[in-house]
Amino acid sequence: MTHTQQAATEAPAAPQDPQAPRGLGPVGWLRWSWRQLTSMRTALILLFLVALGAVPGSFLPQRGQAPEQVARYLEEHPTLGPWLDRLSLFDVFAAPWFAAIYTLLFVSLAGCVIPRARQHWRAMRSQPPAAPRNLSRLPQSASFETDRDAEQVLSQARALLRGRRFRVADGTGSVAAEKGYLGEIGNLVFHLALLVLLFAVAAGALLGYRGNILLTEGGAFANTLAYYDQFSPGRRFSPDRLAPFSIRLEDFKAEYVLEGERRGQPLDYTAKIYYREGYDSPEKAYDLKVNRPLGVGGAKVYLLGHGYAPRFTVRDGKGDIAFRGAVPFLPMEEGAFTSEGVIKVPDARPEQLAFQAVFWPTAVADTDKGRVLSAFPAPLNPTISLMAFKGDLGLDSGTPQSVYRIEGIGKTLQPIKGGSKILRQGETFELPGGAGSITFDGTQEWISLAVNHDPGRLPALIAAVIAIAGVVVSFTVRRRRVWVRATPAGGGRTVVEIGGLTLGNPTAEFDDLVAALRRAVPPAGPGDDPSGAGASDATDKTEE
Amino acid sequence: MADSDLANLSDQLALGAVLLYVVAMVGYALDLGFGLRRRQREQAEQPAKVLVGAAVDAGGSSAVAAAEAAEESESGAEEGGGRGKTDWGRFAVLITVLGWGAHLGTLVTRGWAAERWPWGNMYEFLTAIAFAAVTAYLVVLARYRARFLGAFVMIAAVLALGVATIWLYTPVGPLVPALRSYWIAIHVTAAIVATGAFTVGGAATILYLLRARRQEREEAREEAPGEKKGGLLALLPDAEVLDRLAYKVTVFAFPIWTFAIIAGAIWADEAWGRYWGWDPKEVWSFVTWVIYAGYLHARATAGWKGRRAAVISLVGFAALLFNFFGVNYMFEGMHSYAD
Repeated sequence: MTHTQQAATEAPAAPQDPQAPRGLGPVGWLRWSWRQLTSMRTALILLFLVALGAVPGSFLPQRGQAPEQVARYLEEHPTLGPWLDRLSLFDVFAAPWFAAIYTLLFVSLAGCVIPRARQHWRAMRSQPPAAPRNLSRLPQSASFETDRDAEQVLSQARALLRGRRFRVADGTGSVAAEKGYLGEIGNLVFHLALLVLLFAVAAGALLGYRGNILLTEGGAFANTLAYYDQFSPGRRFSPDRLAPFSIRLEDFKAEYVLEGERRGQPLDYTAKIYYREGYDSPEKAYDLKVNRPLGVGGAKVYLLGHGYAPRFTVRDGKGDIAFRGAVPFLPMEEGAFTSEGVIKVPDARPEQLAFQAVFWPTAVADTDKGRVLSAFPAPLNPTISLMAFKGDLGLDSGTPQSVYRIEGIGKTLQPIKGGSKILRQGETFELPGGAGSITFDGTQEWISLAVNHDPGRLPALIAAVIAIAGVVVSFTVRRRRVWVRATPAGGGRTVVEIGGLTLGNPTAEFDDLVAALRRAVPPAGPGDDPSGAGASDATDKTEE
Repeated sequence: MADSDLANLSDQLALGAVLLYVVAMVGYALDLGFGLRRRQREQAEQPAKVLVGAAVDAGGSSAVAAAEAAEESESGAEEGGGRGKTDWGRFAVLITVLGWGAHLGTLVTRGWAAERWPWGNMYEFLTAIAFAAVTAYLVVLARYRARFLGAFVMIAAVLALGVATIWLYTPVGPLVPALRSYWIAIHVTAAIVATGAFTVGGAATILYLLRARRQEREEAREEAPGEKKGGLLALLPDAEVLDRLAYKVTVFAFPIWTFAIIAGAIWADEAWGRYWGWDPKEVWSFVTWVIYAGYLHARATAGWKGRRAAVISLVGFAALLFNFFGVNYMFEGMHSYAD
């Protein structure tokens, strides 16, 4: 934190050559560059570059957070987009230039802090520096005369300073004391903790993994790659790091505000799950909530989102059941959970069937606009609007398809005439032309889970806590030096001089010390000194 | 008392706090204005005394010394009778304390009505930040007698409360599930306290910059220190004192801001499944932190200390404000429920 402050107060630093070395050879150049890199000015500039570099990460969509928004941005800005992409502006925090800035910053930091730590270690073990010749020139100083002899004064001063936990060293006719090493230690610890924090974050990202799963009520999940809808491993991740746990979703409950202005606002989500730590472990129950993740097998499982999965039975043209089950729909809006989804029925004969559907948990008629909308996020009046298609779903073509979208409409898939219908729960729609039927059997809910394993989490936390402790200590404790000199004067008297030097600014502690010393070695009575005890001798340079 | 009554009471108290702060602001302004004439008279009468106040340099006790000197000269002027009979400064402080009480009542009744910590949305958050700023000012007033900050902190508090009640007002209500955690008491409280303190530090920094520029000009003109100095700026303590005060407040706020970020990361780890995800709020908290860290370093660096460092501190404050308003209203992020 205080590169130059340190340089100013510590022993005069190694002789520095302010000019660029001309003709110093490669070693000289290296040394010069190193000195530049570890200088405070460079550190400051790098700090600002880090801040500046982070800014586009908030203005532009980022792949790490919202890949779909990045895709949309690229579509909407066909000329600018690719250029921004080339500059890694959609992956700012993984960009090479961002990494370069913070790497340089941390090298600069290490290059400054580690030598300082060594220096401080030495300073802590060496004697406090001897008293300067003229104590009255120090920022804080005081002097008075006493009847005690010099030896008595110094031993009292020594005892006093030791009692206040100063480190004390004897000089000739003087005592030197120093205290407050903790401030610099706190400062160093803070900076080193930041280094550790960076490494912990990096290690966690390298070794860990994160993934998302969608789980419908009654469904189960085992922690293997096959189950994940989305999985992003760290670079040093290996699949055997996946702990062999499994999770079953029994029930999901959402509570909402029922009345008043905030009707429909969610209050609480609870996913009742059962999990096993390993293949043979006993099943345990857990209530997963938004602020209550499940820790299992070194990973953490989070409740991220939820939605509706209506249940359908589809019969094909031959009257056989071609599909029966729950189909997750994606919410189109979070307020009242109007959701959309598709039902693909590849087993339907003679032709494959598909349905595009909108789901309203609590359907009400919007009479003004002549349409249906959802008035409440809970399923009070679950209703589905369907549009039926027949033909070829194109699932055999080998191209992967989204389960939330129908491909080939108008090409391989044709809409069924009169194939649109609004269904309430329990109702069946007979498709025209004997193409089959679909029944809206019921409403289930799904949850999305995030599974995250980050071995750097705990070290990062510890480093962060230590960093805070360090910064607080470095701001509250200051290094201070005190010298006491006793010089015999004529007539059995002794002149006591006290000087104080504190990093930053004068302290009240100094005045306390002077007062305590005055009590220990009482100033000479009013004799030739009309101002009494000489109290007015104590001066703060600042008020002169 | 029913919850709706409590909520109404909270709104009334907020209005009362705004009115009291406006009155206090006028009081501080009058104090500055009359203090000016008083000071000028003083300067004509006893230049030596003012010198003590104006020529202080580096020293923790120097702010106090300066304030004491100012106080002394003020009371001297009072005894001298005439126009300085009303002590507008003391009046303003009294009204500020009353306003602070009403403000505290606003928060308490709001929290009571909602049966939770009263910082669950932008209205409550901004109201609490204004409260923290006024509190920080009162602490600085008690410790360093920094009454000269009063008018400026009052302006900030009135603006914040005005914006909160006019544009951000949200009726009392329950929290969304993501905010239902004891971490709201830790993370948001730390953010509020740090923001309040940064605000006071920002006010002191602005004054420092104005004062330092003026002092520089005066030095350039080689005005004798006892000569007539017009303008409100001449009333402020020495630039060095302002700089030191701004630094002290920032040094207090910085660790708390650090803590707020880390507590936020821990909460994010509980709620969102990652402790750091470069959400816009996280980005700007980080940017703010880095800039303030830059300020702290710059202040200890030759060639950067003084006005350059002060400008960095103001850039940090701007980032803090943007983190509050810009991030919540411009970006879609995980903190966006807070509107």
